[in-house]
Parts: sequence; structure tokens; C-alpha cells
Amino acid sequence: MARAPETLDRPAEDALGPEPPGPLREFWHDYRQNRGAVAGLVFLLLLVAVALLADLVAPHAPDVQYRDAFLTPPVWQEGGSWRFPLGTDATGRDILSRIVFGSRYSLSIGFLVIVLSLAGGITIGLFAGFFRGWIDTLVMRLMDVLIAIPGLLLALVVVAVMGPGLFNAMFAIAIVYLPHFVRLTRAATLAELSRDYVTGSRVAGAGLARLMFVTVLPNCMPPLIVQATLSFSTAVLDMAALGFLGMGAQPPTPEWGTMLADAREFILRAWWVVTFPGLAILFTVLAINLVGDGLRDVLDPKLKRS
Amino acid sequence: MLRFLLTRLGLLIPTFLGVTLIAFLFIRLLPGDPIEILAGERGVSPERHARLMRELGFDRPLWEQYLGYLGDVLQGDLGRSIVTKQPVIREFLTLFPATLELSLCAILLAVVIGLPVGILAAVRRGTVFDHSVMAVTLTGYSMPIFWWGLLLIILFSGILGWTPVSGRLSLLYYVEPVTGFMLIDTLLSDQEGAFLSALRHLILPTVVLGTIPLAVIARQTRSAMLEVLGEDYVRTARAKGLPPWRVIGLHALRNALIPVVTTIGLQVGVLLAGAILTETIFSWPGVGKWLVDSIFRRDYPAVQGGLLLIASLVMLVNLVVDLLYGLINPRIRHRRA
Repeated sequence: MARAPETLDRPAEDALGPEPPGPLREFWHDYRQNRGAVAGLVFLLLLVAVALLADLVAPHAPDVQYRDAFLTPPVWQEGGSWRFPLGTDATGRDILSRIVFGSRYSLSIGFLVIVLSLAGGITIGLFAGFFRGWIDTLVMRLMDVLIAIPGLLLALVVVAVMGPGLFNAMFAIAIVYLPHFVRLTRAATLAELSRDYVTGSRVAGAGLARLMFVTVLPNCMPPLIVQATLSFSTAVLDMAALGFLGMGAQPPTPEWGTMLADAREFILRAWWVVTFPGLAILFTVLAINLVGDGLRDVLDPKLKRS
Repeated sequence: MLRFLLTRLGLLIPTFLGVTLIAFLFIRLLPGDPIEILAGERGVSPERHARLMRELGFDRPLWEQYLGYLGDVLQGDLGRSIVTKQPVIREFLTLFPATLELSLCAILLAVVIGLPVGILAAVRRGTVFDHSVMAVTLTGYSMPIFWWGLLLIILFSGILGWTPVSGRLSLLYYVEPVTGFMLIDTLLSDQEGAFLSALRHLILPTVVLGTIPLAVIARQTRSAMLEVLGEDYVRTARAKGLPPWRVIGLHALRNALIPVVTTIGLQVGVLLAGAILTETIFSWPGVGKWLVDSIFRRDYPAVQGGLLLIASLVMLVNLVVDLLYGLINPRIRHRRA
């Protein structure tokens, strides 16, 4: 299919062409304008590939301890070798391999947290918006309470109740983000409910479930998607923080935050044990934030920062 | 203004009750026997168990227990720590100045750097400076601060040897706590070098804790300034020949500051969460480290009290920010809430 020449200064030409671009094409055309967002997306896709192919990419298994190589420095420093490109930790495990396998945890945890939080937030928010009255008041006051407690503290308290561990920490962080999604969904629902198309659908005899999830919800999605992406990055950070405090994933899981907790006592002797897992966290969070900014510019122009 | 204040206070009461309810349920939801949790004793004899049940009120219905707890809280009784046997509120108040000092320094750093940088980036929009500011602040915003702290320790304490690794003051000094703020207390104590020691201990934690607020404030200032700089009254001010610094500093900044003040207020929750991590890394004897230690020691009354106090603090600060917002923005104040 021939594509109309795209010029930056005359985007109108696309719309005037013989065929209007499909919604995905249009989305990509807008998204592509933001170079940072594209870079972030490329990094994330690479990271997903690495996580999926960890067995092939990683030079070693993540938990094998090489007794002949405790705290080996990275390859470019004296004493390093290509056998362990980023060096080894205090028990002789290859840091690169642990980071590669750790990407599985960070990505899937962040993703699951957001799915949990988003699903709960959408359901609660829709109910609050549709039913109003005391349900609405109760739900919103409860969300006020959750928001008043600093996120990490709330997560720590939930983990204290449920016991440390990967899944409990995930659940805890999902609770922390819940209020944001509830509030957003409720606000968007209230705005949509006064529109004519909803009344039309109601008059045509649509049931409550249909009205909620088929008629109204899709129109509430753009701000939710943006919030979900931005929360994804904080979820990765908070998970790593819980791991670092010893309340998240437990050793020897190669989760990035947990790796940093293990490495703390060696910081003054072996900088590489601390530096690389942290860099992995930083780059991942940065990439997700770039993608989130890009999505916001495209999906939610009202929020666009000039 | 009074009406505004009263409505805001009225909204705060249900939220506060909600927080007390969560703090109350926290102890009841913990796995295990509540007597063992609260008394901190294992293998209590059945008679003693029954007596403690009665003493601590666990034989009463749940709602009565909650009302009892609420009454205690309102009288300032948050229970006793299992480990130190001290009242939780006293432990909190002893450690809180350390957290407050650190947080104030961090927010000061964030405002003193973030505000001018944000203004300058907006004024020089599209230049290399603007792009660098955006890149650096996005990185700061994405920073895992516990790792950032470790990196700074490696560089400044390990390699350069400029700053100490942990604590608030060198062991060479003993300073009588007067205000609880080490910087002030060391000055009052008149010991040579004590103030410098306190300052050197404070620098790295301040930078670590201030990083995220700094990034957020700089970005928020920039975008608020950009919005205001496009307004008609700014163009008018320029057109009538006012010098640029007057237009930017007076006409634009005053209006741009309104959302920025809100942002600064919202950073308090971020700061307190960050204090948990920062204090743990630098062994800073504040409430953040105390909370983490309490969780590890299973000192649940301390965790319960800390949760309640910190949440109340966040609510209080948000209230003050709301009021401040009303004060600087008449449109909010005069709207019927």
C-alpha cells in the first residue's frame, strides 16, 4: 500500500488522503513524534525479549555459586574475565545472569500489580460512579484513608500482616495504587454518565453490566491507561524497595532489589555488586516513564505538558 | 476563610476515623494470638493468658474494643512498645526531630534548586539547558533512592572519604538534646567541630531524600511557568516595556507558584516514605528506621502507633497546604465548598 509522504509540519495531509488512517496507524503516527518515548519503548521490548529468552541470553544459571570466583570484578577491571562480564557477588554468582533472570521478576511483578490494581479500581470505581449515594461516599472516604498513608508504609504494614514474600508484596503494592484507579474511574464515569449516548443506551434497554463495561468503560480508558503506565514504573520501584528492605522477594531469588540488599555489606569493597542491579532498576523505570509520558501526550491531550 | 477552614476540618474527621480503624484492625488481622503479639511473651500460661485477655479487653465485642482504642488514642495513649516497654508516643516524639530535620533539609534543597532550575528551563524553552533539565529530572524521578544512597556512599565515603557512612554525629561529641535538631543543638553546645560533624552527617541523606522532590518540583515549576508565560497579561506586561526579570519574577512567577505550592505539599507523603529507605541506608535514628526495625522485631504496637501518627501527620500537612492554597488563590477561597 502506498503511503502518503509524511511531513512534520503538515500532518493534515494524512487526514486528507484517500483513506483515513486506522486508529492504530494514527496512534503510532502521534506516538512517534516523541523520540524519548520511542527509545523507552525499544528498551522495554528488548527487556521483554531478554526476560523471555533468559535461559539463552544468560551465560550462567542465576543461582550457581562458583567457589573459585568470589567477588570477581567486572571484565574491564584488573582481575576480571569474560567468564563473568559484570563480575560475581560474595557467593560467586554471576551478576549479569542474575540481572537477566531478575528482569523476569521485575517486569512480571510490575505488570501483575497493575493488572490487579486496575481491575479492582475499575470495578469499584464503576460501582461508586453508577450507584452514587452511600456506597459512593463510603468508597471514596475509604480511598481518602488509603491515600493518607504513605505508599511504602502502607505496603510494609500489609506485608507485616501477610508475611514477607513475593506474592504478598505484590498484593500490598496493588492495594497502595488502588485509590488512584478508583478515583480516576469514578470521575470519568460521572462525566460519561451525563452524556446522551449513555441515556440512549439506557433507553434502548441495555442492562447494568452492559452499560458499565461495554458502554461507559471504554470511554474512561485513556486516562486509566496513562495512569497504569506511570504506576507500572512506581510499582517496579516499590517492589525493589520492599525487596531491599527484606520484605519482598526472599533470597536467593534474583530480584533486583533483593540483590541490592544482599550487596549492602560489600559496598565499600566491591562497587559492582551494588552498581549493576541498581542500574537495571533505573533504566527500566526510566524507560517505562518515557513510554508513559509518550502515551499521555497521545491519549490524554488535556494533560499534555506544553 | 473561617468557613473554608471548617469545611476542610469536617472532611478530615471521617478520614482520621478511618485511619484509626485501619490501625486498630492491623493488630487484629495479624496472624497468631493477639495476646502473644501485644504482650510479646511466648508460651503464656492459660491463667495469665485469660487475665491478659481481660486486661487488654480482648473478651469484649469488637466494636467495644474499637471504641476503647479510639478513646485511648484521643487521650494520647498509643500503647507501649513490646521491646522497650516505653509508651509508643514517647518513642515516636523522641525520634521524630531527626526525621523532621532531615525532611526539612531535603525539601529545602529541593525547593532551592528545583524552583530556579524550573523557571530557567521554562524561560529558555527548547534550548540545550531545557532539554538537559528535562532529561536529568526524569532520571531523578525514576531513581531508586536506596540505590542512589548506596552509590553516594561508595563515592563520597568510600573513595573520597569526605562524608561519614552513618548516624547523625561523630562519637567524639556528646550533645545534650535541646531542640532535637542536631544542627541547632551542636551550635548551642559550643563544642568545636560538632556543628561541622553534624553537617557532614546530614549532607548525603539530604541529597538522597531530596532527589525525587527536586525532580518533581523542577518539572512542575517548568510546566506551570510555561502555561503562565503564554497568558495575555504576561504579553501585556512585556508590551508595556517592563524589564524581563520583572515580568518573569513578578507577574508570571506569582501565578505559576500556585500549583507548585500544592506539589510541594504533596511531597510530604513522598518524603516520609522516602525517609523509611533513606534512614535505613544511613542508620539515621529517625521514625522511618524505627518503623522498619519495629516490623522486624515484631514490635506491633510500635508499628500501629507509627502508622497512625504518620498518617495523621500527612493529613495535617495536606490540610495546611489546602489552606495555604486558599490563601494564595482567592478563587478557591471564595467558592462555596
